Amino acid sequence: MPINVYIPTPFRRLTGNRTSVEAKGLTVSDVLHDLEARFPGLRAQITDERDEVPAHINIYVNNREISALQGTRTPVRDGDEMALIPAIAGGADENGATAPAGPRMLTPDQVTRYSRHMIMGQVGPAGQRKLMNAKVLIVGAGGLGSPNALYLALAGIGTIGIVDFDVVDLSNLQRQILHQTADIGKPKVVSARETINAHNPDVNVVLHEEPLHSENAIEIIGQYDIIVNGADNFATRYLVNDASYLLGKTLVDGSILLFDGQATVFEPGKGCYRCLFPEPPPPGMVPSCAEAGVLGALCATIGSIQATEVIKQVLKIGDPLVGRLLLYDALSMEFRIVKTRRNPNCPLCGDHPTVTELIDYEAFCGAPAREPSHV
Amino acid sequence: MPVEVRLTAVLQRVTGGAKSIQAEGETVEQLLGSMEQSYPGFLAQVMQEEGKLHRFVNIYLNDEDIRYLDQLNTKVQQGDVVSILPALAGGSTAC
Repeated sequence: MPINVYIPTPFRRLTGNRTSVEAKGLTVSDVLHDLEARFPGLRAQITDERDEVPAHINIYVNNREISALQGTRTPVRDGDEMALIPAIAGGADENGATAPAGPRMLTPDQVTRYSRHMIMGQVGPAGQRKLMNAKVLIVGAGGLGSPNALYLALAGIGTIGIVDFDVVDLSNLQRQILHQTADIGKPKVVSARETINAHNPDVNVVLHEEPLHSENAIEIIGQYDIIVNGADNFATRYLVNDASYLLGKTLVDGSILLFDGQATVFEPGKGCYRCLFPEPPPPGMVPSCAEAGVLGALCATIGSIQATEVIKQVLKIGDPLVGRLLLYDALSMEFRIVKTRRNPNCPLCGDHPTVTELIDYEAFCGAPAREPSHV
Repeated sequence: MPVEVRLTAVLQRVTGGAKSIQAEGETVEQLLGSMEQSYPGFLAQVMQEEGKLHRFVNIYLNDEDIRYLDQLNTKVQQGDVVSILPALAGGSTAC
């Protein structure tokens, strides 16, 4: 049984576009020589004139980087998995398209930091650069915004915007993992940036410490590629929906209450929040988390599903949660999916739209003026 | 003919915590009527006074929104699962 070698996208032109190839040898060096015999030109991409692996290439044997083992003399056995991960990615992604603008080179630290992602064929160096060039807005630095922000930051999303005007309260700490006890009284956006950058200093965190409303939503949302909704009131939820649709942005929606969660993705033209729920409930009909409670760990389940959908959108992989609404019941530990559709009569995205600009969402939702209530 | 009706946590407050209920009826409307008999006050949570569904409440027959079937007249049979789903807004308040 030979050794399986993962070939990253930039080198696949040398292997007949194969993602993984087989090779033989007793050490990493042997395998590289065997690869050269099978795929002429490949070794020149991986080793320098002195037959050494330069610093911008990492080689992994069974997910361990060989510089932590015995370098190119690291022994390998049949059935081992080897991966070649270059820090400098080529100029074309898998579709042959030109790579997005932005950083063209990953530092050795970044290669190591993101190695568990980059080693997967669906990500690779080109995908990692897409993540690093992506701009994601998170509406609300609370229960859902926290796990979203953390997982997107860890994945190396280059720019994360956060909208929130609240300050950290003791009652937030049961579920809002962006904030810690010492942050009580601090603006949530400030606490969020400190936590995100402590996890990953590469992330550019943009703070929007203001309420989102009809006058600033287009300007703020327009700066980002993908929008994550973690709002706890219907006025903001409809506002974010309408602004995202009008700007042609994909909206990754999630909501939580008690032990229940919901998540879905709205791509413009394929249905929106108004298609799903044409009108908000009258105030008081559906309780808020502050009134009814919410399981802290539920935030992570739904927030992590949202973050997963954002990463899939950026990488353009898999089947997005579009046209489907995921329902999660933590008490029975059941996930179900129901279908969602674009409603031809939708006032926003239907055939004859009547909502063509942002409206007064407080009036639409019959909501009283908002006060921070630490949910 | 009993059909399983599933409720999210918000509506479970009307049913004394029950989340899955066997209701009788051949259409969704009849199921809702049967629910009201068992749990007075239930109907007001999902219907408007003029007998239409609230616009923030969706009802699914299995995985399909009844708005795209036969609305409240949608026929149900044994083995079907009907889910009632009001909009949720939870997340963060101050944004």
